[in-house]
Amino acid sequence: MKIMVAIKRVVDYAVKIRVKPDKSGVETNNVKMSMNPFCEIALEEALRIKEAGLASEVVAVTMGPAQCADTLRTGLAMGADRGIHVESTAALFPLAVAKLLKALVDVEKPGLIIMGKQAIDDDCNQTGQMVAGLLGWPQGTFASKVVLDKEKQVATVEREVDGGLETLSLDLPAVITTDLRLNQPRYATLPNIMKAKSKVIKKYSPQELNVEIRPDLEVVEVTEPPKRKAGVLVSSVDELIDKLKNEAHVI
Amino acid sequence: ASTLVIAEHEGGAINAPSVSAVEAAKSLGEGNSISLLLAGSGTSLHDAAARAASFHPAISQVLVVDSDKFARPLAEPWARLVHLVQQKGGYSHIVAASNSFGKNVLPRAAALLDVSPVTDVVNISGSNQFVRPIYAGNALCTVRYIGSNPCMLTIRTTSFPVPSALADSKSNEVPVNQVDLSTLDEDSVGKSRYISQTSQDTERPDLGNAKIVVTGGRALKNAENFKMIDKLAEKLGAAVGATRAAVDAGFVPNELQVGQTGKIVAPELYMAFGVSGAIQHLAGMRDSRVIVAVNKDADAPIFEVADYGLVGDLFEVIPELLEKLPEKK
Repeated sequence: MKIMVAIKRVVDYAVKIRVKPDKSGVETNNVKMSMNPFCEIALEEALRIKEAGLASEVVAVTMGPAQCADTLRTGLAMGADRGIHVESTAALFPLAVAKLLKALVDVEKPGLIIMGKQAIDDDCNQTGQMVAGLLGWPQGTFASKVVLDKEKQVATVEREVDGGLETLSLDLPAVITTDLRLNQPRYATLPNIMKAKSKVIKKYSPQELNVEIRPDLEVVEVTEPPKRKAGVLVSSVDELIDKLKNEAHVI
Repeated sequence: ASTLVIAEHEGGAINAPSVSAVEAAKSLGEGNSISLLLAGSGTSLHDAAARAASFHPAISQVLVVDSDKFARPLAEPWARLVHLVQQKGGYSHIVAASNSFGKNVLPRAAALLDVSPVTDVVNISGSNQFVRPIYAGNALCTVRYIGSNPCMLTIRTTSFPVPSALADSKSNEVPVNQVDLSTLDEDSVGKSRYISQTSQDTERPDLGNAKIVVTGGRALKNAENFKMIDKLAEKLGAAVGATRAAVDAGFVPNELQVGQTGKIVAPELYMAFGVSGAIQHLAGMRDSRVIVAVNKDADAPIFEVADYGLVGDLFEVIPELLEKLPEKK
Protein backbone atom coordinates (compact mmCIF):
# COMPACT_ATOMS: atom_id res chain seq x y z
CA MET A 1 0.00 0.00 0.00
CA LYS A 2 1.13 3.47 -0.90
CA ILE A 3 0.52 6.43 1.45
CA MET A 4 0.14 9.94 0.08
CA VAL A 5 0.97 12.80 2.42
CA ALA A 6 0.09 16.40 1.59
CA ILE A 7 2.43 19.07 2.94
CA LYS A 8 2.19 22.85 2.92
CA ARG A 9 4.83 25.54 3.13
CA VAL A 10 3.80 28.18 5.65
CA VAL A 11 5.30 30.97 7.75
CA ASP A 12 7.25 29.25 10.52
CA TYR A 13 5.14 28.78 13.63
CA ALA A 14 7.62 30.73 15.79
CA VAL A 15 7.53 33.86 13.62
CA LYS A 16 5.50 36.78 14.89
CA ILE A 17 3.56 37.71 11.80
CA ARG A 18 3.09 41.26 10.51
CA VAL A 19 0.12 42.53 8.59
CA LYS A 20 1.17 44.49 5.47
CA PRO A 21 0.49 48.23 5.74
CA ASP A 22 -1.71 48.15 2.62
CA LYS A 23 -3.87 45.46 4.29
CA SER A 24 -3.43 43.11 1.33
CA GLY A 25 -2.18 40.26 3.45
CA VAL A 26 0.52 39.09 5.84
CA GLU A 27 4.18 39.83 5.12
CA THR A 28 5.90 36.70 3.81
CA ASN A 29 9.00 38.27 2.21
CA ASN A 30 12.19 37.67 4.20
CA VAL A 31 10.23 35.63 6.70
CA LYS A 32 11.29 32.14 7.75
CA MET A 33 9.11 29.54 6.05
CA SER A 34 8.71 25.94 7.22
CA MET A 35 6.58 22.87 6.83
CA ASN A 36 3.15 23.31 8.46
CA PRO A 37 3.45 21.54 11.88
CA PHE A 38 0.32 19.45 11.32
CA CYS A 39 1.82 18.26 8.01
CA GLU A 40 5.00 17.19 9.82
CA ILE A 41 2.82 15.08 12.09
CA ALA A 42 1.05 13.61 9.05
CA LEU A 43 4.35 12.70 7.42
CA GLU A 44 5.70 11.23 10.66
CA GLU A 45 2.61 9.02 10.98
CA ALA A 46 2.99 7.79 7.40
CA LEU A 47 6.66 6.99 8.00
CA ARG A 48 5.83 5.05 11.17
CA ILE A 49 3.18 3.05 9.31
CA LYS A 50 5.72 2.21 6.62
CA GLU A 51 8.39 1.31 9.20
CA ALA A 52 5.87 -1.03 10.84
CA GLY A 53 5.68 -2.89 7.53
CA LEU A 54 2.14 -1.80 6.75
CA ALA A 55 2.93 0.40 3.76
CA SER A 56 5.34 0.10 0.85
CA GLU A 57 5.92 3.71 -0.08
CA VAL A 58 5.35 7.24 1.23
CA VAL A 59 4.76 9.90 -1.43
CA ALA A 60 4.88 13.53 -0.29
CA VAL A 61 2.88 16.07 -2.27
CA THR A 62 3.06 19.84 -2.14
CA MET A 63 1.42 22.61 -4.12
CA GLY A 64 2.32 26.22 -4.76
CA PRO A 65 5.19 28.32 -6.13
CA ALA A 66 8.72 27.11 -6.88
CA GLN A 67 9.99 27.60 -3.30
CA CYS A 68 7.63 24.88 -2.08
CA ALA A 69 10.16 22.42 -3.47
CA ASP A 70 12.39 23.30 -0.47
CA THR A 71 9.67 22.18 1.93
CA LEU A 72 9.18 19.03 -0.12
CA ARG A 73 12.94 18.36 0.21
CA THR A 74 12.54 18.60 3.99
CA GLY A 75 9.84 15.96 3.73
CA LEU A 76 12.12 13.74 1.68
CA ALA A 77 14.86 14.26 4.28
CA MET A 78 12.45 13.15 7.00
CA GLY A 79 12.00 9.93 5.04
CA ALA A 80 9.39 10.25 2.30
CA ASP A 81 10.39 8.11 -0.69
CA ARG A 82 9.60 10.59 -3.40
CA GLY A 83 7.88 13.89 -3.98
CA ILE A 84 5.29 15.49 -6.23
CA HIS A 85 5.14 19.24 -6.71
CA VAL A 86 2.12 20.80 -8.35
CA GLU A 87 3.57 24.14 -9.34
CA SER A 88 1.20 27.07 -9.32
CA THR A 89 1.62 30.76 -8.65
CA ALA A 90 -2.13 31.29 -8.41
CA ALA A 91 -3.65 31.39 -4.94
CA LEU A 92 -4.85 27.87 -4.17
CA PHE A 93 -7.95 27.65 -2.00
CA PRO A 94 -8.75 24.33 -0.29
CA LEU A 95 -11.26 23.26 -2.96
CA ALA A 96 -8.60 23.60 -5.67
CA VAL A 97 -6.07 21.71 -3.53
CA ALA A 98 -8.62 18.96 -2.93
CA LYS A 99 -9.29 18.64 -6.67
CA LEU A 100 -5.56 18.52 -7.44
CA LEU A 101 -5.07 15.84 -4.79
CA LYS A 102 -7.93 13.83 -6.24
CA ALA A 103 -6.32 14.05 -9.68
CA LEU A 104 -3.04 12.80 -8.18
CA VAL A 105 -4.87 9.95 -6.44
CA ASP A 106 -6.15 8.86 -9.85
CA VAL A 107 -2.51 8.66 -11.02
CA GLU A 108 -0.84 7.28 -7.89
CA LYS A 109 -3.60 5.05 -6.46
CA PRO A 110 -2.63 5.36 -2.78
CA GLY A 111 -4.45 3.29 -0.14
CA LEU A 112 -4.34 6.09 2.41
CA ILE A 113 -4.00 9.87 2.43
CA ILE A 114 -2.69 11.50 5.60
CA MET A 115 -2.62 15.26 5.96
CA GLY A 116 -2.69 17.95 8.62
CA LYS A 117 -6.07 18.97 10.00
CA GLN A 118 -5.29 22.58 9.13
CA ALA A 119 -2.51 24.86 8.01
CA ILE A 120 -1.35 27.43 10.55
CA ASP A 121 -1.50 30.28 8.02
CA ASP A 122 -5.11 30.33 6.77
CA ASP A 123 -6.44 27.99 9.52
CA CYS A 124 -9.07 26.72 7.07
CA ASN A 125 -9.42 23.12 8.29
CA GLN A 126 -11.13 22.00 5.07
CA THR A 127 -8.90 20.23 2.58
CA GLY A 128 -8.88 16.72 4.06
CA GLN A 129 -12.65 16.62 4.41
CA MET A 130 -13.04 17.96 0.86
CA VAL A 131 -10.71 15.49 -0.82
CA ALA A 132 -12.41 12.65 1.07
CA GLY A 133 -15.77 13.89 -0.19
CA LEU A 134 -14.57 14.20 -3.79
CA LEU A 135 -13.11 10.69 -3.70
CA GLY A 136 -16.06 9.16 -1.87
CA TRP A 137 -13.61 7.87 0.74
CA PRO A 138 -14.34 7.76 4.48
CA GLN A 139 -12.60 10.36 6.63
CA GLY A 140 -11.02 10.34 10.06
CA THR A 141 -10.38 13.97 10.95
CA PHE A 142 -8.46 15.38 13.96
CA ALA A 143 -6.81 12.02 14.62
CA SER A 144 -4.94 11.46 17.87
CA LYS A 145 -4.35 7.74 17.27
CA VAL A 146 -4.30 5.59 14.14
CA VAL A 147 -4.18 1.77 14.02
CA LEU A 148 -4.12 -0.05 10.69
CA ASP A 149 -5.32 -3.58 10.11
CA LYS A 150 -3.67 -4.80 6.92
CA GLU A 151 -5.72 -7.99 6.69
CA LYS A 152 -9.11 -6.38 7.05
CA GLN A 153 -8.06 -3.21 5.19
CA VAL A 154 -9.44 -1.09 8.00
CA ALA A 155 -8.09 1.93 9.90
CA THR A 156 -9.19 2.53 13.47
CA VAL A 157 -8.95 6.23 14.21
CA GLU A 158 -9.28 7.95 17.55
CA ARG A 159 -10.45 11.53 16.96
CA GLU A 160 -10.41 14.62 19.14
CA VAL A 161 -13.97 15.90 19.37
CA ASP A 162 -15.64 18.46 21.65
CA GLY A 163 -15.72 17.05 25.14
CA GLY A 164 -13.71 13.90 24.53
CA LEU A 165 -12.47 11.34 22.07
CA GLU A 166 -14.39 9.43 19.41
CA THR A 167 -13.24 6.19 17.82
CA LEU A 168 -14.18 5.33 14.25
CA SER A 169 -13.44 2.37 12.02
CA LEU A 170 -12.78 3.31 8.38
CA ASP A 171 -12.59 1.08 5.32
CA LEU A 172 -9.46 1.71 3.26
CA PRO A 173 -8.78 3.68 1.17
CA ALA A 174 -9.43 6.58 3.52
CA VAL A 175 -8.36 10.11 4.39
CA ILE A 176 -6.94 10.86 7.83
CA THR A 177 -6.21 14.37 9.13
CA THR A 178 -3.85 14.78 12.05
CA ASP A 179 -4.20 16.57 15.36
CA LEU A 180 -1.30 17.71 17.52
CA ARG A 181 -1.07 14.77 19.86
CA LEU A 182 -0.89 12.04 17.23
CA ASN A 183 2.90 11.83 17.40
CA GLN A 184 6.15 13.75 17.84
CA PRO A 185 7.70 14.29 14.39
CA ARG A 186 11.35 13.35 13.87
CA TYR A 187 14.09 15.70 12.77
CA ALA A 188 15.85 15.13 9.49
CA THR A 189 19.40 13.88 10.12
CA LEU A 190 22.35 15.16 8.10
CA PRO A 191 22.86 11.88 6.18
CA ASN A 192 19.15 11.84 5.34
CA ILE A 193 19.30 15.46 4.18
CA MET A 194 22.14 14.44 1.85
CA LYS A 195 20.21 11.38 0.66
CA ALA A 196 17.10 13.47 0.03
CA LYS A 197 18.96 15.48 -2.61
CA SER A 198 18.90 12.55 -4.97
CA LYS A 199 15.25 11.62 -4.41
CA VAL A 200 12.87 12.26 -7.27
CA ILE A 201 10.45 15.18 -7.34
CA LYS A 202 7.93 15.01 -10.15
CA LYS A 203 6.38 18.26 -11.26
CA TYR A 204 2.89 18.85 -12.55
CA SER A 205 0.94 21.93 -13.50
CA PRO A 206 -2.75 22.21 -12.61
CA GLN A 207 -3.47 22.13 -16.37
CA GLU A 208 -1.71 18.78 -16.75
CA LEU A 209 -3.98 17.43 -14.02
CA ASN A 210 -7.04 18.93 -15.75
CA VAL A 211 -7.96 21.01 -12.74
CA GLU A 212 -9.32 24.47 -13.28
CA ILE A 213 -8.35 26.92 -10.51
CA ARG A 214 -11.48 28.91 -9.88
CA PRO A 215 -11.38 31.68 -7.30
CA ASP A 216 -14.57 31.52 -5.23
CA LEU A 217 -13.27 33.97 -2.67
CA GLU A 218 -11.73 37.43 -2.81
CA VAL A 219 -9.65 38.77 0.03
CA VAL A 220 -11.04 42.21 0.81
CA GLU A 221 -8.52 43.09 3.49
CA VAL A 222 -6.31 41.66 6.20
CA THR A 223 -6.11 43.62 9.42
CA GLU A 224 -4.66 43.32 12.89
CA PRO A 225 -7.08 42.14 15.55
CA PRO A 226 -8.34 44.87 17.87
CA LYS A 227 -6.01 45.35 20.81
CA ARG A 228 -7.43 44.88 24.27
CA LYS A 229 -7.19 47.95 26.43
CA ALA A 230 -4.30 47.70 28.85
CA GLY A 231 -5.52 46.62 32.24
CA VAL A 232 -4.31 47.38 35.71
CA LEU A 233 -2.00 45.56 38.06
CA VAL A 234 -3.42 44.88 41.48
CA SER A 235 -1.21 44.44 44.50
CA SER A 236 -3.12 41.88 46.54
CA VAL A 237 -5.75 39.19 46.47
CA ASP A 238 -8.07 41.46 48.46
CA GLU A 239 -7.79 44.18 45.86
CA LEU A 240 -8.40 41.63 43.07
CA ILE A 241 -11.55 40.29 44.71
CA ASP A 242 -12.76 43.84 45.33
CA LYS A 243 -12.24 44.78 41.65
CA LEU A 244 -13.97 41.64 40.38
CA LYS A 245 -16.89 42.19 42.70
CA ASN A 246 -17.39 45.95 42.62
CA GLU A 247 -15.85 47.12 39.35
CA ALA A 248 -16.23 44.25 36.86
CA HIS A 249 -19.27 42.70 38.57
CA VAL A 250 -18.31 39.19 37.53
CA ILE A 251 -18.35 37.39 40.89
CA ALA B 1 -31.92 34.79 0.96
CA SER B 2 -32.79 31.36 2.27
CA THR B 3 -30.52 29.58 4.68
CA LEU B 4 -30.15 25.99 5.76
CA VAL B 5 -28.76 25.60 9.27
CA ILE B 6 -27.21 22.23 9.99
CA ALA B 7 -28.13 21.57 13.60
CA GLU B 8 -27.30 19.04 16.29
CA HIS B 9 -29.54 17.98 19.11
CA GLU B 10 -29.07 16.35 22.47
CA GLY B 11 -31.49 15.51 25.22
CA GLY B 12 -34.51 16.55 23.19
CA ALA B 13 -33.32 20.05 22.26
CA ILE B 14 -31.05 21.60 19.70
CA ASN B 15 -27.68 22.34 21.28
CA ALA B 16 -26.22 25.76 22.05
CA PRO B 17 -23.74 25.84 19.12
CA SER B 18 -26.65 25.22 16.72
CA VAL B 19 -28.58 28.12 18.24
CA SER B 20 -25.50 30.27 17.60
CA ALA B 21 -25.59 29.11 13.98
CA VAL B 22 -29.22 30.29 13.76
CA GLU B 23 -28.15 33.65 15.22
CA ALA B 24 -25.45 33.91 12.57
CA ALA B 25 -27.91 32.98 9.82
CA LYS B 26 -30.17 35.81 10.97
CA SER B 27 -27.43 38.34 10.26
CA LEU B 28 -27.11 37.22 6.62
CA GLY B 29 -29.88 39.61 5.67
CA GLU B 30 -33.37 40.87 6.31
CA GLY B 31 -36.12 38.50 5.33
CA ASN B 32 -33.80 35.52 5.31
CA SER B 33 -35.91 32.39 5.68
CA ILE B 34 -34.15 29.85 7.86
CA SER B 35 -34.64 26.09 7.61
CA LEU B 36 -33.21 23.96 10.36
CA LEU B 37 -31.94 20.49 9.46
CA LEU B 38 -32.02 17.87 12.21
CA ALA B 39 -31.16 14.20 11.87
CA GLY B 40 -30.98 11.22 14.16
CA SER B 41 -33.43 8.71 15.44
CA GLY B 42 -35.80 8.20 18.33
CA THR B 43 -37.69 10.45 20.70
CA SER B 44 -34.85 12.91 21.36
CA LEU B 45 -34.92 13.84 17.67
CA HIS B 46 -38.64 14.41 17.56
CA ASP B 47 -38.70 16.32 20.84
CA ALA B 48 -35.91 18.53 19.52
CA ALA B 49 -37.76 19.10 16.24
CA ALA B 50 -40.99 19.99 18.01
CA ARG B 51 -39.23 22.44 20.30
CA ALA B 52 -37.18 23.94 17.47
CA ALA B 53 -40.40 24.58 15.57
CA SER B 54 -41.62 26.96 18.24
CA PHE B 55 -38.71 28.35 20.17
CA HIS B 56 -36.87 30.65 17.78
CA PRO B 57 -38.72 33.36 15.87
CA ALA B 58 -36.18 33.32 13.03
CA ILE B 59 -36.77 29.68 12.06
CA SER B 60 -39.35 29.21 9.31
CA GLN B 61 -39.13 25.45 8.80
CA VAL B 62 -37.69 22.39 10.52
CA LEU B 63 -36.48 19.53 8.35
CA VAL B 64 -36.23 16.18 10.08
CA VAL B 65 -34.45 13.01 9.09
CA ASP B 66 -35.27 9.94 11.15
CA SER B 67 -32.88 7.18 10.19
CA ASP B 68 -30.37 4.87 11.85
CA LYS B 69 -27.81 6.18 9.37
CA PHE B 70 -27.77 9.38 11.41
CA ALA B 71 -27.74 7.85 14.86
CA ARG B 72 -24.11 8.99 15.10
CA PRO B 73 -22.70 12.19 13.61
CA LEU B 74 -20.67 10.57 10.81
CA ALA B 75 -19.43 12.88 8.06
CA GLU B 76 -20.13 10.53 5.15
CA PRO B 77 -23.95 10.23 5.39
CA TRP B 78 -24.27 13.81 6.70
CA ALA B 79 -22.43 15.31 3.72
CA ARG B 80 -24.67 13.32 1.37
CA LEU B 81 -27.73 14.49 3.28
CA VAL B 82 -26.74 18.16 3.03
CA HIS B 83 -26.14 17.65 -0.69
CA LEU B 84 -29.59 16.10 -1.10
CA VAL B 85 -31.38 18.77 0.93
CA GLN B 86 -29.58 21.54 -0.98
CA GLN B 87 -30.56 20.06 -4.33
CA LYS B 88 -34.19 20.09 -3.29
CA GLY B 89 -34.20 23.41 -1.43
CA GLY B 90 -31.80 25.55 -3.49
CA TYR B 91 -30.66 27.55 -0.45
CA SER B 92 -28.48 30.61 -0.88
CA HIS B 93 -26.53 29.83 2.31
CA ILE B 94 -25.72 26.83 4.47
CA VAL B 95 -24.49 27.48 8.01
CA ALA B 96 -23.12 25.21 10.73
CA ALA B 97 -21.31 25.86 14.00
CA SER B 98 -17.53 25.67 13.90
CA ASN B 99 -17.40 22.83 16.41
CA SER B 100 -16.07 19.33 15.89
CA PHE B 101 -19.29 18.32 14.11
CA GLY B 102 -19.55 21.31 11.77
CA LYS B 103 -15.83 21.33 10.99
CA ASN B 104 -16.00 17.65 10.09
CA VAL B 105 -19.15 17.69 7.97
CA LEU B 106 -19.51 21.06 6.24
CA PRO B 107 -16.31 21.10 4.12
CA ARG B 108 -17.07 17.58 2.89
CA ALA B 109 -20.59 18.65 1.91
CA ALA B 110 -19.14 21.76 0.22
CA ALA B 111 -16.87 19.56 -1.93
CA LEU B 112 -19.89 17.50 -3.03
CA LEU B 113 -21.63 20.76 -3.98
CA ASP B 114 -18.45 22.06 -5.68
CA VAL B 115 -18.23 25.29 -3.67
CA SER B 116 -15.60 26.80 -1.38
CA PRO B 117 -16.72 27.05 2.24
CA VAL B 118 -15.74 29.88 4.57
CA THR B 119 -14.84 28.38 7.93
CA ASP B 120 -14.61 29.86 11.41
CA VAL B 121 -16.47 33.08 10.61
CA VAL B 122 -16.46 35.65 13.45
CA ASN B 123 -18.35 38.48 11.77
CA ILE B 124 -20.90 38.71 8.99
CA SER B 125 -21.42 41.95 7.06
CA GLY B 126 -24.13 41.37 4.51
CA SER B 127 -24.87 38.20 2.65
CA ASN B 128 -21.45 37.58 1.12
CA GLN B 129 -18.80 39.31 3.20
CA PHE B 130 -17.26 37.61 6.18
CA VAL B 131 -14.44 38.07 8.67
CA ARG B 132 -12.40 35.12 9.84
CA PRO B 133 -9.26 34.90 11.96
CA ILE B 134 -6.07 33.66 10.30
CA TYR B 135 -2.62 32.93 11.75
CA ALA B 136 -4.14 31.78 15.04
CA GLY B 137 -6.07 35.01 15.42
CA ASN B 138 -3.04 37.24 14.87
CA ALA B 139 -4.75 38.71 11.83
CA LEU B 140 -8.32 39.06 10.68
CA CYS B 141 -9.14 38.36 7.06
CA THR B 142 -12.21 39.83 5.40
CA VAL B 143 -13.31 37.73 2.43
CA ARG B 144 -16.01 38.20 -0.15
CA TYR B 145 -17.72 35.10 -1.48
CA ILE B 146 -18.02 35.31 -5.27
CA GLY B 147 -18.75 31.65 -6.05
CA SER B 148 -22.07 30.10 -6.94
CA ASN B 149 -24.81 29.15 -4.47
CA PRO B 150 -24.82 27.89 -1.83
CA CYS B 151 -22.41 30.01 0.16
CA MET B 152 -21.34 27.70 3.01
CA LEU B 153 -20.13 28.89 6.41
CA THR B 154 -19.06 27.57 9.74
CA ILE B 155 -19.35 30.17 12.45
CA ARG B 156 -17.40 30.59 15.66
CA THR B 157 -20.02 30.20 18.37
CA THR B 158 -18.41 32.67 20.79
CA SER B 159 -18.94 35.42 18.20
CA PHE B 160 -22.67 34.73 17.87
CA PRO B 161 -23.86 34.35 21.45
CA VAL B 162 -27.16 32.70 22.24
CA PRO B 163 -29.71 35.29 23.39
CA SER B 164 -30.75 34.68 26.96
CA ALA B 165 -34.42 35.54 26.35
CA LEU B 166 -35.25 32.67 24.00
CA ALA B 167 -38.38 31.16 25.46
CA ASP B 168 -40.89 28.81 23.95
CA SER B 169 -43.44 30.91 22.12
CA LYS B 170 -46.23 28.61 21.06
CA SER B 171 -47.78 31.30 18.88
CA ASN B 172 -44.99 30.93 16.37
CA GLU B 173 -45.10 27.26 15.46
CA VAL B 174 -43.54 26.46 12.08
CA PRO B 175 -43.93 23.32 9.96
CA VAL B 176 -41.85 20.23 10.69
CA ASN B 177 -41.19 18.34 7.45
CA GLN B 178 -39.67 14.90 6.98
CA VAL B 179 -36.87 14.68 4.43
CA ASP B 180 -37.44 12.02 1.79
CA LEU B 181 -34.28 9.88 1.78
CA SER B 182 -35.24 7.74 -1.22
CA THR B 183 -32.78 9.58 -3.45
CA LEU B 184 -29.95 9.73 -0.89
CA ASP B 185 -26.68 8.82 -2.60
CA GLU B 186 -25.22 6.06 -0.43
CA ASP B 187 -21.87 6.14 -2.20
CA SER B 188 -19.56 6.45 0.79
CA VAL B 189 -22.13 5.71 3.50
CA GLY B 190 -21.20 2.66 5.55
CA LYS B 191 -17.47 2.97 4.89
CA SER B 192 -17.06 4.56 8.31
CA ARG B 193 -18.42 3.08 11.50
CA TYR B 194 -18.78 4.54 14.97
CA ILE B 195 -16.99 2.47 17.60
CA SER B 196 -17.04 4.44 20.86
CA GLN B 197 -16.77 7.76 22.57
CA THR B 198 -15.15 8.73 25.83
CA SER B 199 -16.33 11.95 27.39
CA GLN B 200 -15.37 14.11 30.29
CA ASP B 201 -17.55 14.28 33.37
CA THR B 202 -20.54 16.55 33.01
CA GLU B 203 -20.86 17.89 36.54
CA ARG B 204 -18.96 21.01 35.59
CA PRO B 205 -20.22 23.58 33.11
CA ASP B 206 -19.08 22.90 29.57
CA LEU B 207 -15.82 24.70 28.78
CA GLY B 208 -17.25 26.14 25.58
CA ASN B 209 -20.28 27.71 27.29
CA ALA B 210 -19.19 28.43 30.87
CA LYS B 211 -19.61 31.94 32.30
CA ILE B 212 -16.35 31.62 34.22
CA VAL B 213 -13.25 29.71 33.13
CA VAL B 214 -10.28 29.06 35.41
CA THR B 215 -7.15 28.03 33.52
CA GLY B 216 -3.83 26.64 34.66
CA GLY B 217 -0.52 26.65 32.86
CA ARG B 218 2.78 24.86 33.07
CA ALA B 219 3.67 26.73 36.27
CA LEU B 220 1.33 24.39 38.16
CA LYS B 221 4.22 21.91 37.80
CA ASN B 222 2.23 18.67 38.09
CA ALA B 223 -1.18 17.04 38.00
CA GLU B 224 -1.46 17.03 41.80
CA ASN B 225 -0.99 20.82 41.99
CA PHE B 226 -3.44 21.28 39.14
CA LYS B 227 -6.18 20.13 41.51
CA MET B 228 -5.95 23.60 43.07
CA ILE B 229 -7.38 24.91 39.80
CA ASP B 230 -10.20 22.36 40.06
CA LYS B 231 -10.98 23.49 43.60
CA LEU B 232 -11.07 27.12 42.60
CA ALA B 233 -13.31 26.31 39.64
CA GLU B 234 -15.63 24.40 41.92
CA LYS B 235 -15.88 27.34 44.28
CA LEU B 236 -16.70 29.70 41.38
CA GLY B 237 -18.98 27.30 39.51
CA ALA B 238 -16.50 27.60 36.67
CA ALA B 239 -15.16 25.34 33.93
CA VAL B 240 -11.50 24.29 34.02
CA GLY B 241 -9.17 25.11 31.16
CA ALA B 242 -5.51 24.46 30.51
CA THR B 243 -2.74 25.64 28.25
CA ARG B 244 -1.24 23.38 25.64
CA ALA B 245 1.93 23.19 27.76
CA ALA B 246 -0.09 21.90 30.73
CA VAL B 247 -1.85 19.36 28.52
CA ASP B 248 1.36 18.19 26.86
CA ALA B 249 2.98 17.82 30.28
CA GLY B 250 0.12 15.46 31.16
CA PHE B 251 -1.42 17.51 34.01
CA VAL B 252 -4.91 17.29 32.47
CA PRO B 253 -6.61 15.62 29.48
CA ASN B 254 -6.48 17.38 26.13
CA GLU B 255 -10.16 18.29 25.96
CA LEU B 256 -9.43 21.04 28.50
CA GLN B 257 -7.00 22.81 26.21
CA VAL B 258 -7.84 26.43 25.46
CA GLY B 259 -6.23 27.88 22.36
CA GLN B 260 -6.22 27.95 18.61
CA THR B 261 -5.83 24.17 18.40
CA GLY B 262 -8.08 23.55 21.39
CA LYS B 263 -11.25 25.24 22.57
CA ILE B 264 -12.07 28.85 21.76
CA VAL B 265 -13.77 30.41 24.77
CA ALA B 266 -15.24 33.82 25.54
CA PRO B 267 -16.62 33.71 29.10
CA GLU B 268 -17.62 36.63 31.29
CA LEU B 269 -14.57 35.99 33.45
CA TYR B 270 -11.35 34.22 32.44
CA MET B 271 -8.80 33.60 35.18
CA ALA B 272 -5.34 32.45 34.10
CA PHE B 273 -2.89 31.07 36.64
CA GLY B 274 0.72 30.48 35.71
CA VAL B 275 -0.10 31.07 32.05
CA SER B 276 2.61 32.88 30.10
CA GLY B 277 0.29 33.92 27.29
CA ALA B 278 1.62 32.25 24.17
CA ILE B 279 0.05 33.50 20.92
CA GLN B 280 -1.63 30.14 20.48
CA HIS B 281 -3.30 30.40 23.88
CA LEU B 282 -4.33 34.06 23.51
CA ALA B 283 -6.11 33.16 20.26
CA GLY B 284 -8.40 30.91 22.27
CA MET B 285 -9.45 33.35 25.00
CA ARG B 286 -8.83 36.94 23.92
CA ASP B 287 -12.55 37.60 23.44
CA SER B 288 -13.33 36.93 27.11
CA ARG B 289 -15.08 39.88 28.76
CA VAL B 290 -12.85 40.17 31.82
CA ILE B 291 -9.41 38.57 31.94
CA VAL B 292 -7.48 38.03 35.16
CA ALA B 293 -3.86 36.91 35.10
CA VAL B 294 -1.74 35.70 37.99
CA ASN B 295 1.89 35.07 37.18
CA LYS B 296 5.25 35.31 38.91
CA ASP B 297 6.84 36.83 35.82
CA ALA B 298 5.84 40.50 35.54
CA ASP B 299 6.91 40.46 31.86
CA ALA B 300 4.64 37.56 30.85
CA PRO B 301 2.67 38.49 27.69
CA ILE B 302 -0.58 37.44 29.39
CA PHE B 303 -0.49 40.75 31.29
CA GLU B 304 -0.82 42.61 27.98
CA VAL B 305 -4.36 41.25 27.55
CA ALA B 306 -5.36 41.05 31.22
CA ASP B 307 -7.82 43.53 32.69
CA TYR B 308 -6.53 42.70 36.14
CA GLY B 309 -3.03 41.39 36.67
CA LEU B 310 -1.48 40.17 39.87
CA VAL B 311 2.25 39.53 39.92
CA GLY B 312 2.69 36.80 42.47
CA ASP B 313 3.22 33.15 43.26
CA LEU B 314 0.12 31.17 42.34
CA PHE B 315 0.87 28.72 45.15
CA GLU B 316 0.18 31.57 47.58
CA VAL B 317 -2.52 33.37 45.57
CA ILE B 318 -4.80 30.40 44.90
CA PRO B 319 -5.12 29.29 48.55
CA GLU B 320 -5.81 32.89 49.53
CA LEU B 321 -8.49 33.16 46.83
CA LEU B 322 -10.03 29.89 48.01
CA GLU B 323 -10.22 31.31 51.49
CA LYS B 324 -11.48 34.79 50.61
CA LEU B 325 -13.71 34.34 47.57
CA PRO B 326 -17.40 34.50 48.40
CA GLU B 327 -19.31 31.23 48.20
CA LYS B 328 -21.14 30.75 44.92
CA LYS B 329 -24.80 31.63 45.25
